[in-house]
Amino acid sequence: MSPELINLIIQATFETLFMVGIAAALGTVFGLPLGVFLATSRKGELFAAPAVNAALGMVVNATRSTPFIILVVAIIPFTRLVAGTSIGSTAAIVPLTIASTPFIARLVEAAIREVDGGLIETASSFGASPLQIVFKVLIPEALSGLLLALTLAVVSLLGYSAMVGAVGGGGLGDLGIRYGYQRFMPEMMLAVVVVLIALVQLVQSAGDYLARRVNRRLRHR
Amino acid sequence: MKAASMNAHPSLVIGEPVEIQDTAAQPDAMVRFENISKIYPAYRGKPGVSALQGIEFAIARGSITGVIGRSGAGKSSLVRLINGLEKPSTGRVVVDNRDISALTGRELRLAQRSIGMIFQHFNLLSSRTAADNIALPLEIAGWSKADIKARVTELLALVGIADKHDRYPSELSGGQKQRVGIARALATRPDVLLSDEATSALDPQTTRAILDLLANINRELGVTIVLITHEMSVVRQLAKEVVVLDAGRVVENGHVADIFTHPKHPITQSFLADGDSLPVSLVSRIVREPGSHAVIRVQVRGAGAGDTLVARLARELGLDVSLLSARIDEIGGQHVGSLVLGIPLDDSGGEGAATRALAWLSQYQISAERLGYVA
Repeated sequence: MSPELINLIIQATFETLFMVGIAAALGTVFGLPLGVFLATSRKGELFAAPAVNAALGMVVNATRSTPFIILVVAIIPFTRLVAGTSIGSTAAIVPLTIASTPFIARLVEAAIREVDGGLIETASSFGASPLQIVFKVLIPEALSGLLLALTLAVVSLLGYSAMVGAVGGGGLGDLGIRYGYQRFMPEMMLAVVVVLIALVQLVQSAGDYLARRVNRRLRHR
Repeated sequence: MKAASMNAHPSLVIGEPVEIQDTAAQPDAMVRFENISKIYPAYRGKPGVSALQGIEFAIARGSITGVIGRSGAGKSSLVRLINGLEKPSTGRVVVDNRDISALTGRELRLAQRSIGMIFQHFNLLSSRTAADNIALPLEIAGWSKADIKARVTELLALVGIADKHDRYPSELSGGQKQRVGIARALATRPDVLLSDEATSALDPQTTRAILDLLANINRELGVTIVLITHEMSVVRQLAKEVVVLDAGRVVENGHVADIFTHPKHPITQSFLADGDSLPVSLVSRIVREPGSHAVIRVQVRGAGAGDTLVARLARELGLDVSLLSARIDEIGGQHVGSLVLGIPLDDSGGEGAATRALAWLSQYQISAERLGYVA
């Protein structure tokens, strides 16, 4: 493989990491509070607001059930408004963030609901405010599950990022389609797939390791 | 309402907070339930449940009170009314002269700092070490780092696990976890400690050690302890006062020694039977048909209970009394015993001796009952 092609792969890998990294970070910034709220706002819960909970749940479900490639195209005007353009890696961050936020929110909700309700009662019994319960009990106790959720979200985003290549998003998926498929360069396709596999493997291993380290329910040493 | 009470007791109310007016009967009550009922409304097709009705009693400052009842009797609801985790449907709960059932938000949270609680399943944060678990209520109360560190060290020593400072709950035994729970509950120096079946998940030996620890805490810190349990042995070992709950009502309450020696309600009697049964070997020998001896069970109490009873009975009535079974416990600081005596029947099979023995016992206000005969 020529040095030019190898350079292309390296450049595309950085584009992918850039898109996925920023989208995962923004998705967490929006998805974490949303997920915590979804997990604590049903009737009788910490921030009980059943109507808001139901409404947000419907929005989340609607976003999650829209196929990603359709979402990308459908929100092009919004993308242009936010990023100034609708093509390129920076523009791709917008649909990636919009897709990952509800996904992360649902994963966060599940992780928070795993925390023993007795701990919420315990913290209430010594006068903790709802926000103190979130920050001192729910999030620390769910941390292991939250890290696994984030790992899963990043892995999914790696897959989604290949799709934004179809609308000029750049990155490894774009490279694979243009060189591997349209120019029929099987070695390029193989290289792209190998890099993606390596990335997924790396992210998953790192996530598993961190989740295990913070999980004090297991005995250590 | 205030005006009305002022008219009723003009001399009592001048300069006193409203809450204290009607406590003249029990000026030293730490917790007072006033005409409490608790109804859980119907929800999603499940019918409403009336958990508590007509609850009216007081818990004295510095006392250890056991609340005993079968599961579903309303114990958990009752104890959660004390620290405001639940609100009564009617009536009010007065803790340390404040109506806690009327408090909400920040006021309630501040009041909750003076009421500690321990749980059956310990409820420790798995992500925090023993020391950090104990520190949690102090962080929530806004203590400084230095103050928290000093207080946590003190508390770990108090509950006897100073060496477990950096251990996670997964590395501790059940008894050690409950010690962490007790230290955490005491962290903010509460006046009341609520125990929700705190020993029900522990083996008998560990239970004993934890109950001893609670007794020490009551004695040394003067903390009022309210323990809910379904085990008579826990009440017997620790409590001075007992409240018996059944189907959401208080069916009996008073000093442990009184209630245990003269249980009136069938529920109380069934609790006592659990822990106070006769040896199996003796039960199998007792028959309905007259044999060689009449069997009498005698309940004794007080200092030196029963010490000389058998000897005096034998000497004064000239009977060859045989002792079939005996048990003396310390309950609520008093000696309480149950003696099973065999009184020989007359040669002709008459029961004169047994009748005379019962009359002699009743003359000293000692309660006794006929159980049957042994061959």
